[in-house]
Amino acid sequence: MMIDLPLIWAVIIAVAVFMYVLLDGFDLGVGILFPLAPDDESRDRMMASVIPVWDANETWLVLGGGGLLATFPHAYAIVLPAVYLPVSVMLIALIFRGVAFEFRAKANTSRKWWDRAFFFGSLIAALCQGFVLGAFVQGFKVVGRDFAGGPFDWLTPFSILTAVSVVAGYALLGSGWLIQKTTDALRDWCYKIVRGLFVIVLICIVAVSLWTLQLNPIITERWFRWPDILYQSLVPVLTGALLLTLLWAVTKRRDRVPFFCSIGLFTLCYLGLGISLWPYAVPFEMTIHEAAAAPASLSFMLVGTLIVLPLILIYTVFSYWIFRGKITGDIQYH
Amino acid sequence: MEFDPTLLSRIQFAFVITFHILFPSFTIGLASFIAMLEALWLFKKQQYYLYLSKFWTRIFAISFGMGVVSGVVMSYQFGTNWARFSAYSANVVGPLLAYEVQTAFFLEATFLGIMLFARNRVPKPLLAFSAFMVAIGTLISAFWILSANSWMQTPDGYELRDGLVQVTDWWRAIFNPSFPYRFAHMVVACFVTTGFVVVAVNAWFLLRGTHKTLARYTLSMTLWLLTLLVPLQIFLGDQHGLNTLEYQPSKVAAMEGHWETEKGAPILLFALPDQEKETNHFEIAIPKLGSLILTHSLDGTVPGLKDWPPQDRPHVATVFWSFRVMVGCGVLMLGIVLWSVLLRTRKRLFDNPLFLKTCVLAGPIGFIAVVAGWFTTETGRQPWLIFNVMRTFDGASPGVPAGSVLLSLALYAATYAIIFGAGVYFILQTVRQGPR
Repeated sequence: MMIDLPLIWAVIIAVAVFMYVLLDGFDLGVGILFPLAPDDESRDRMMASVIPVWDANETWLVLGGGGLLATFPHAYAIVLPAVYLPVSVMLIALIFRGVAFEFRAKANTSRKWWDRAFFFGSLIAALCQGFVLGAFVQGFKVVGRDFAGGPFDWLTPFSILTAVSVVAGYALLGSGWLIQKTTDALRDWCYKIVRGLFVIVLICIVAVSLWTLQLNPIITERWFRWPDILYQSLVPVLTGALLLTLLWAVTKRRDRVPFFCSIGLFTLCYLGLGISLWPYAVPFEMTIHEAAAAPASLSFMLVGTLIVLPLILIYTVFSYWIFRGKITGDIQYH
Repeated sequence: MEFDPTLLSRIQFAFVITFHILFPSFTIGLASFIAMLEALWLFKKQQYYLYLSKFWTRIFAISFGMGVVSGVVMSYQFGTNWARFSAYSANVVGPLLAYEVQTAFFLEATFLGIMLFARNRVPKPLLAFSAFMVAIGTLISAFWILSANSWMQTPDGYELRDGLVQVTDWWRAIFNPSFPYRFAHMVVACFVTTGFVVVAVNAWFLLRGTHKTLARYTLSMTLWLLTLLVPLQIFLGDQHGLNTLEYQPSKVAAMEGHWETEKGAPILLFALPDQEKETNHFEIAIPKLGSLILTHSLDGTVPGLKDWPPQDRPHVATVFWSFRVMVGCGVLMLGIVLWSVLLRTRKRLFDNPLFLKTCVLAGPIGFIAVVAGWFTTETGRQPWLIFNVMRTFDGASPGVPAGSVLLSLALYAATYAIIFGAGVYFILQTVRQGPR
């Protein structure tokens, strides 16, 4: 039996990217909400809630990049030159945001600058990721196996919409995270904004979805094909169910629920994206099989990954378990 | 004025990798040092191990954070600026980098979180275990990335099929001919770099008369370590050089500044290599010594640059001088450790102000040596990106104009200037506060 290595790797890379979106998503979201928080003491707690885990969360981005290079090099070699500017700016934003954790704790007079670095770093990184997402879904101009477009092809009305959507989405994840990690005024404030954020994100999702259908007939055909439309019509039903659950959780003050409602919403969007773009590694230009590395390389990596990735997941869960529960005073810089 | 995007990409890569390597060079050694202190605290239960560990962990956290954020940049440079190289060599380089992320980066990042923030939440052995995992992670990371780099220097275990690199033998690709030498030389370089920083900080404490007991203990222990490691490093460097002579003779010719192949070649202490005229100006040479060092025989044959056509030669002056800076640092380091041995025999190690001041000044010496060494090996590989397989100018990204690279380069330069300044400031502030 032939194992479809590119298919297996497409699933693994998709999962890695999704892990990144969820995990760094909530800590970038905390950064986006940072300047809006009620007071300085709240800001310290917001920071403390992500300090022990942000570094490992961001590592999924490195796995996404490194994994894409290793498994779908021909897609990697088209996509990254095409989104050169947003990726470069994103990396620089992540630098400022990453060092802000340390420097803020050590700073005296320059503290407010590192607060700004944390906020703008998070916001700009999220915007850039949204631009990359929008540009990716729209597709790139490709000649042979090279990107052949211009340096600003990624900047379109559609990618502006996706950029705003990603910022809203991360803010939603961030507020959900903070509700389950905090108490008192900060939690009350998050409860106040989480419903609004959820609705904004829903509007974004509807707008992006309708626009995506217009982008390419392949996508429209895929979504309205009988009988697939039956399963796919579950998506709006499930989304509605998530909204009702969230409203219930906010009224009843169920601290754990809003975060998982946001994760549910992201999962549905991500699956929807997968349905639209399958089986392309570079949308509408190159399939995963055309973009894949040599079978010898894919199988060499698969052996190790099947052992190492579960271990990573185990100790990641372990680390979240160590830092479980509401933020107390003990997580801070020495 | 026209800019060449490939040249700008080379400058950008040189800049971001030079900045990045400063942090791993320091944190690889420091992680092991902290793991050792945590183990001592766990088993010997003397309070000062805990003070020392906490003190160095504060410095480690700043350096490691800067290493992480500049490292994320590196993982995207291959795609944004070197897309042709990525597509061409991904079958080898890709898995090595992917394994680095999976086996090292997650381990370091996750257990660092526990090590830094869970001291009050987990039992003591788990904290020591986490410090140990971080240390192991840094070494695993060095293993994979040096394997990938070494493969670009001395590619092996592959064939060219369908215009791409394809692996035929993983063992030979990973353990390619220069890898064992480069790995050993780099890991010891990291320990030596950290050692000189630790020595400098504690010499400074002694000069100021603060933290006397801790400073004496740490200074003495670290100088013992350096007394072993510096000679070892010189030996490893020599072995690495012999390996380079075998597999990359054009690099050695540039390191030595030799234009003509000759028997009983001299060693050049000083020269201004002239790429155009294919000769050196103002040479100061010691006869026969070049052959002795490189071939371990007075009449051995040493290759000259004229054996290669001009377009296949690296930029000689860069390679020649960065090599001399690295070796010069090595000689200074050897002098310092020998001096320390001399002072020990007279029981004056802790109260010779001139020695202590020299130690403080020598704090950054490892960084200079590491950067100079990397400049030697990387510029010496030119004009090849993958030695004798792919030229640097064939590896760049198509479709990325010079303006984009110029913009990103300017942004990186400004960003790194700010965070480097702030990082050094906060590290010095932490040092001033001392262990507590």
